[in-house]
Parts: sequence; C-alpha cells; structure tokens
Amino acid sequence: MPDLLIELFSEEIPARMQARAADDLKRLVTDGLVAAGLTYAGAGAFATPRRLTLAVEGLDAASRPTVEDRKGPMVTAPEAAVQGFLRSTGLTLDQLERRADKKGEVWFAVIRKPGRPAADIIAEVLADAIRNFPWPKSMRWGAGSLRWVRPLQSILCVLSSEAGSEVVPVSIDGFVAGNTTEGHRFMAPGRFAVSGFDDYHAKLKRAFVILDGAERAAAIWHDATQAAFAMGLEVVEDKGLLAEVAGLVEWPVVLLARIPAPFLHLPPEVLQTSMREHQKFFSLRNPATGRIEGFVTVANRETTDHGDTILKGNLKVLSARLSDARFFWDNDLRVARAGMGDWLDGLASVTFHNKLGSQADRIARIAALVREIAPFVGADPDQAEQAARIAKADLRSAMVGEFPELQGVMGRYYALEAGMPASVADAARDHYSPLGPSDAVPVAPVSVAVALADKLDTLTGFWAIDEKPTGSKDPFALRRAALGVIRLVLGNENRCELIPFIVSAVRRNQAAMMQAGKDHHGRHGTMSSIDAVRLAQSLSVKGIEEMTALVEDIDTAIMTLSQGLSSGVPPQEWELQRSSDLLAFFHDRLKVYLKDQSIRQDVIDACLAMPENCDLTLLVKRAEALNATLATEDGANLVQGFKRAANILTQAEAKDGVEYSYGADIKFAETDAERALFAALDAADAKIAPAMAAEDFTTAMAAMAALRGPVDAFFTAVQVNADNQIVRRNRLNLLSRIRTLCLSVADLTKLDG
Amino acid sequence: MAQSAPLVPPQITAPTCFQDVILRLQGYWASRGCAILQPYDMEVGAGTFHPATTLRSLGTRAWAAAYVQPSRRPTDGRYGENPNRLQHYYQYQVIIKPSPPDLQDLYLGSLVAIGLDPALHDIRFVEDDWESPTLGAWGLGWEVWCDGMEVSQFTYFQQVGGHDCNPVSGELTYGLERLAMYVLGVDHVMDMPFNDPQSPIALSYGDIFRQTEEEYSRHNFDGADTAKLLRNFEEAEVECQRLLAFDAMDPKSGKRIVMAHPAYDQCIKASHLFNLLDARGVISVTERQAYIGRVRALAKLCADAFVTTTAGGYLA
Repeated sequence: MPDLLIELFSEEIPARMQARAADDLKRLVTDGLVAAGLTYAGAGAFATPRRLTLAVEGLDAASRPTVEDRKGPMVTAPEAAVQGFLRSTGLTLDQLERRADKKGEVWFAVIRKPGRPAADIIAEVLADAIRNFPWPKSMRWGAGSLRWVRPLQSILCVLSSEAGSEVVPVSIDGFVAGNTTEGHRFMAPGRFAVSGFDDYHAKLKRAFVILDGAERAAAIWHDATQAAFAMGLEVVEDKGLLAEVAGLVEWPVVLLARIPAPFLHLPPEVLQTSMREHQKFFSLRNPATGRIEGFVTVANRETTDHGDTILKGNLKVLSARLSDARFFWDNDLRVARAGMGDWLDGLASVTFHNKLGSQADRIARIAALVREIAPFVGADPDQAEQAARIAKADLRSAMVGEFPELQGVMGRYYALEAGMPASVADAARDHYSPLGPSDAVPVAPVSVAVALADKLDTLTGFWAIDEKPTGSKDPFALRRAALGVIRLVLGNENRCELIPFIVSAVRRNQAAMMQAGKDHHGRHGTMSSIDAVRLAQSLSVKGIEEMTALVEDIDTAIMTLSQGLSSGVPPQEWELQRSSDLLAFFHDRLKVYLKDQSIRQDVIDACLAMPENCDLTLLVKRAEALNATLATEDGANLVQGFKRAANILTQAEAKDGVEYSYGADIKFAETDAERALFAALDAADAKIAPAMAAEDFTTAMAAMAALRGPVDAFFTAVQVNADNQIVRRNRLNLLSRIRTLCLSVADLTKLDG
Repeated sequence: MAQSAPLVPPQITAPTCFQDVILRLQGYWASRGCAILQPYDMEVGAGTFHPATTLRSLGTRAWAAAYVQPSRRPTDGRYGENPNRLQHYYQYQVIIKPSPPDLQDLYLGSLVAIGLDPALHDIRFVEDDWESPTLGAWGLGWEVWCDGMEVSQFTYFQQVGGHDCNPVSGELTYGLERLAMYVLGVDHVMDMPFNDPQSPIALSYGDIFRQTEEEYSRHNFDGADTAKLLRNFEEAEVECQRLLAFDAMDPKSGKRIVMAHPAYDQCIKASHLFNLLDARGVISVTERQAYIGRVRALAKLCADAFVTTTAGGYLA
C-alpha cells in the first residue's frame, strides 16, 4: 500500500488561515480520492507559514474496476430516446442488454470502468483541489491566472512504497510537481529532495522547520513558561495569540525581557493590549503583585548572539509604543481628575448615527431611561443616572482612541480617578456586557441598569430609523444587543415588564430622530410636518388648535414628545405598535436562546401566547416548568386529554353556535368517572389558582398533570355527546373547565402532537 | 520556480546617515534593473499615488521602477516633537510588473544592502491586506517586520482604479525615516544624521525639517483656509472630469491624445485637498465617506482613460 505526500509551498500564508487551510487540503484531496475509488488508512495535514502539507497513508495502488448497471428506455421506446441513451452511455446498441421490467422489456447499459493507477487519480484530484481551494481571500500574481492565498512557489507530490518513490505527474498552470522542498528561509536555504513523509519530516527538522503547528505552539508555551519561571514571573495565558504566533514561525525561538521601569505603572490591560495588538507579545505577570512586568516575543530563528539583537530591537519598538501609551494615560488622567468634563462636552460632537444624533444625545436618553429601570433591578436611580452619564466618557480619551478595545476598561479607571463611587466606575466598564454569548453577565445592580438602558436605547433607536437586521445582515449588532438584554434580565432574575421601558425609549428616539432630521435637512427634518404634528398630538394634552401651529415649528413637536415622557402620557397606538414589533424581535432571540437551553420550541410558543409575555423572567420560569411537566408521563398524557377535550368542545361549539364555558353541575353527572373528574378539577383549582398567583408554575403544573388520571378515566368511561341534551351540555361545560384550567397555565393549544 | 539565492551577505557595512540608506536602495534597485525615477512633483499622501505606480500598474505592458516619494499626511503633524511622527516624510517605492517570482528574495537583498543582516535579525512577513479607498485599489501581501518593527509594506496589486490588474504588479514601500532610524540606531527622527556626520557641514534631519514640521503643523491644523480648500477641491474635481471629456483625437496634432496624466494630476490634487480638509477637522464622519467616494470616482475615470493610451497597453 503506497503512501502519498503532498506539499504546496508558497510565500507566507496568513497565520489565521493556516489551520483551516490544512483541514481543507485534507478534506478536498481525501474526498476526491475516495470519490475516484481509492481507499486509504489514514491522513494528516499540517501547515507552516510557507507550506501546506498532506500525508496519506495506506492508499490503494489503483482504484478497483467498477461495473454500473444503468437503466435506459423501454425497448419499445421511440428511436430518439434510445439514441439519446446510447449517447449518454457511449455505447452502441449491440452492447446494450434487454432485461425484463414490470412494464416490459427495458434496455440496460452495463458500464464497466477499469481500475486506474493511484498516480493518475491523485494528479487530477490535486489539480482540482488547488483550483478550487476555499481560501477566505485569494490572489493572482505575475502574469499567471492561478489563484492562491499568496504566490505559490512549488508543488511536491510523491507516492512512495517499499519499491521506492515516484513523483506524481501533477501539472497546473506551469507548475510541475517534483520531489523537492525548502527548509527555513534564512537558517537553511536551498532545496532538497525527499522520498516520503518520514524522510520529509526528518529533513525539515534538520532544516529548522517544525512541521506541526500544534508542536510549535507547545514548544513556545513550554519554553516561555520555563523561562518565565526562572525570572519569577508567569506567562499570561492567551490561546488565540499562541495559535497566531505559532503560525508566524517555522522555528520558534522564545525571547523574554522585562518591561522598562517607566512603563510599569500603566494599567495591566493597557500593557497587555499594546503588547498583544502591536507586537504579538505575550505578557509576563508577577504572581505576587498581579502586575504585568515582562514580555515574551517569539522569533523565527536562532542567531549567533542568542537573540540579543532581536530582543534589543523588539524592546526599542516596545518602548516607542509604550511611550505613546504613557503619553495618552498621563493626558487622560488630567482630564479624568478634572471630572471628565472635556470628554463629556466632546461627546456632543461625536455622531452616534446621523439619523439619531450625537453620543451626547444618546447618553441623555440612556440617563433618563436608566432612572426608570433602576428600581426594577435594585439599583439606586441617582447612581444609575450618574453611571449612564459618564459611562461613555472614555470614548473621547486618547487611550481608547488608540485602543478601541479598551473602551469601558479605561472608563472604569478614569471614573475612579474622577472620584466616582466604585459601583459607578464598574458600570462604566461593564455596561457593554454581555458581548458574546459566553461573555459574563454583569450582576451589580447599577451595571445591570445601565447595560439594559444602553441596549434598549440602541434597539429602539435603530427600530425608529428602520434599520432592523435582515437575513445575515446585522451591521449594528442588534441581535447581540437583544440577546444581551435577555441574558441580563434572566441572569439576574430581574422582574420587570419590558414594554413600558421600550415605549419610553421609543418616544425618546422618535424625538431624537426628528431632531437629527431637522439638523440635517432643515426645519421639518426627514418626516413631513404633518407626521410630526400627528405624533406630537398623539402625545399632547393640549388642544388641536395649538397643535396645528406646530406645522411651522418642529421644535415644539420635539419638545412635546419629550414632555410626553415626563408628564406620563399613556402609550399611544403607534408607540405600542413599534414596541410590540420590537418585543417580537426579543421573543425570536429568546426562542433561539432557550432552544440552546433544550427548551422545546412549541413550549416557548405556548408560553409566549400568555399575557405578561414581556416579563422575560416570568416567561422563562413558565417555559421551564412546562418543559419539565411535558417530560413526565402524566404531563405528556394530560396534554393529549386537554387536546381531546378542546377538540370536542370546538366542534360542539361550532355546531351549536354557543360557547360552553359555564355551569357544569355535579348533580347532572351520571357516572363515577364524571364525578371523579368534578372532584379532581375542584382539587386542581384549589391548588392551581394560588400557585399561579404566587408564580409557582411547578406546583401549578404538577396539579394540572395530576388531572391526567381522572381525565383519561373520564374519556374511557363517558360518551360526551349523550342523547340527553342536559347531560351533554353538562359534560361539555365540564370539558370547558379542563380547557380553562389548562389554558390558565399556558396556551397548550400551541403544543405539537 | 524561484530558487532562493543564498542570503549570505558579502561585506555588510553599516550606513552612516539617512541619505546613505536612500543611496544604497537606489543603487540596489538600479542594479536589479529598475528605472530609477524621481519624485513626482506634486503633493501626495504616499508613493503609491505617483503615476509611475497608480497608472503604470494598469494595462499589460511590463514595468519596473523605483523612486523616493516625499509624502504628506497633514493629520500626522506633531510640530516636529514626536520622535516618529511627521506630516512630511519619505517613502521608497518599488513597482515591478509582472511581479517576478523571486520578489521576496529581491526585497530581502535590499535589506542586506542597507545593513540589515538577516543572520542577526528576525525578519517576518506578517499578513496585511492593503486597500486604498481613494484610489479604488486593493492588494494582498504583508507588512514586513524586522525585530518586531514594521519596515516595509509588500503588496501584490489586485485592483487599481476599479480595474483588475493583469498582469499583477508587485509593490514594495519602505518608510524611509523609520527604517533608517532603526538601521542607524537613532531614537528621535530629528536627531538622525541626514548627510555623513563626518562631513564638513554635517546636517541632521532636524536641521532640515524641524522648522518645516512646525510651520506645516500650524498650517495644517489652523492656518489653511478651509473655504479655499473646499473651493479648490471642487475645482480639481471639475477639471479632472473636463479633461477626460475631450475627444481623444487631437485636431491640432492629428494624433490620438488622451489627457490621462493631466487629469490624474487633478485627482491627486483633490486627494491632497481632502487630506488637508480632514486635518482642519471640517469633515464630519458621514461626509468623509462621500469625499473619499468622490476622489475614488476621479481615480476610476483616470484609470479608465489610461488603459485607452499606449502606455496603458492600448493597441490602436
């Protein structure tokens, strides 16, 4: 069984693409081999900055001959159909076979394909793989038309067995495969020949190339931690950086140094970010103090001076970078200690969105909304407002200008320097959270309040200007914001109805949109003056005559909208409409979120159909209880009973034109099963009503599930549609009690099955 | 296929001054067959704007050129105080079409020529995709790191002025001040010797440029008349379009003469005026995109025109 070795040697492949590319090469080639009838025992793929390598072990020397029976037209079919079949099979009529079929005799073609040597197949498969390689971005070079991630330099393709090794005759756009490759660009220049994977692997190592990215990463980590330990420091773990750095070197050499003293007072996040983003350095932490005191850089070569020149150069670049950072930090501290006023003023000139005004406008909206939210999440409204007002101040700081990823982190430092309480400073850092689905959810009440207000304002704002996510497009990350709200509420078990908050945010964003429209397009903004007046009117307590004057004055319209907020004007129809549209978006995100928590989709639908569905915590409690109940035998069967009851009722109600909803009386009961059901319903009522009032869904649903026995017994023993109309009506009214009781828990009609 | 030539440097001597670095690069690329051009005589933001790169990377004709290009980035002015930032600086630009298969080795040879011994330094090609929204151009390549410092930009042009590049040009851009400071071991750009420090009249970079950095920083941030700049921008835009609207046939000479280069000059002008307006802080975030789009539209028009000229590979 021969072994196959392929190497695609190129100019430097971006580190972030290497692992995926190795997998793709393996998949494309092995799939192609298998599709062509070759089997293999095993395959492994590797990547370095300059090469993608695939080794396939135990490959068939040739594909097996195949025989395919292909059914053609009926023997009696028109000549044209037969000719067509002959063309498609490449056979002549005398080579076809007649076989009996259900409907008569049919032409069959027996297509025999001889086995093909592996080398022929490999040559085709590899050329295809190169032409169709799924690089995230590819390019052309020179005068050629081939595309690769960077210019391809050479192809190695060798098939080896005990008998020896042969070059597979691959040829693509002027590249002819050979059996040679290169080692390290600087440490071992020149080409060498290889006979197979073991030979290749060993010779590469002698030529200062570690083929396996995981092995390079492990070597870097091992050497770095050992050397750090010797310095009394520890390496700050960073898996992403480790993978990236391992993709930048073929022969990793770890070099460590201490950060020069003038920079040690910078916040650890600043040091880490600057070193990681600009220099791809690992940070070294002093385990005793937690401070970042050193760095690790990974060079791609050994030198006669043991990396001295390289380390000096890196230190120099680092010093220049950190000088910048220190300059930013010192300047920022001055502004922060003076209360951050310069930044807050400056936010008025930073556009948040040209249809929604500046960052300062947005902060004013969030600060107003957060006061409404604060009581529901246990936060002090004054602190929450203060936090909202300063939470985005750091966007104007020099440090965040340089390192946008430090937004919030710097805000916390600066808020502390400005003398704000820790809860306010923490909110500045945490109000962006949670960002990703696995990001931690803030729990401090002030942070939670600001985080919620921030996201709700974002969502209602983009809803106001009709920038909702569509399909895969979500440029303002609104799905993430909605999921953030969901996780914040659920994670803290906050009890609040979202609609009132959404309504008030909708109102503020409507005012903001009109203001921004006016700023950009003159007096009436983008909406017609009539619309503006109509909106203002709907919120106003003033008379219509006064409002008509607004046609000339959008300012008053905007002010009226804003006043409508404070004067407690009830939600207007357009506001409720937009709010419920947004709530539906929340519900969609919630469904996705709960699906990941293994809650059935139909269970969520059954709970969404209940009132109070904008209280997410309540909604989820209900869904969890129902999900658990349905997982029990009683629960699952009761739902069947409920559905049967509901179906009978629906039919009877449709036929009789009345609603059977009242007045089942035990005195008309004729059977024990009926009487037992009366008793069971009374007992369930007695438990469910108080449990529901206490929002104890588990108890309520257990009581509901306990009806299963009596309901089943009822349906077994009793014919609902009795001849006696009094008995029939009584029974229908009894079924109605089942329906009412079950529907008080959740809308079970939404359940599957 | 490229055979990597052994990179054992013959006798590397360290350069003595800024101009020594420039002269060595000139000598090196001349010896590798590049036409050594002079800087373009207009204000540009980068060496790429020189028509020898932008326009000559279009069309099918082979091309090899190298040149120093003084470049202006008005927003980077720091009154000559920042050790690394300048509003006026030099780029060294090499452009070869089609890109030769050994371009990386040629490039590494140039580092050796200016005294960077690859046996002692850590030289790396780190992914960096280049894009110029104002030129409607993009390419793939790397930033080249030497001991953790970016010393060059290395790009294979894929598209310029909205046209696919075929053949593809290889473009190398060296930030001369930064590179020379590193090679010479200087910490502040103004302290860097410009000519040989042993010269009878030794001049530092600061002797030559400190005052102009101050003057232009003040000009760029506070002095420039924004109303005039805006007017000039509009004028350049109109002029570019007007020049390209001429019939290709010149009645006076009886020849086909497309005014691609004069029109492109107006595009360069518009681009620089936009940079100045940006530095003066009169362009809002939303307007910014619109201005960039307008310059790009001009660049596209010029590219469209250039490919209908002889130098652009047009066969009448």
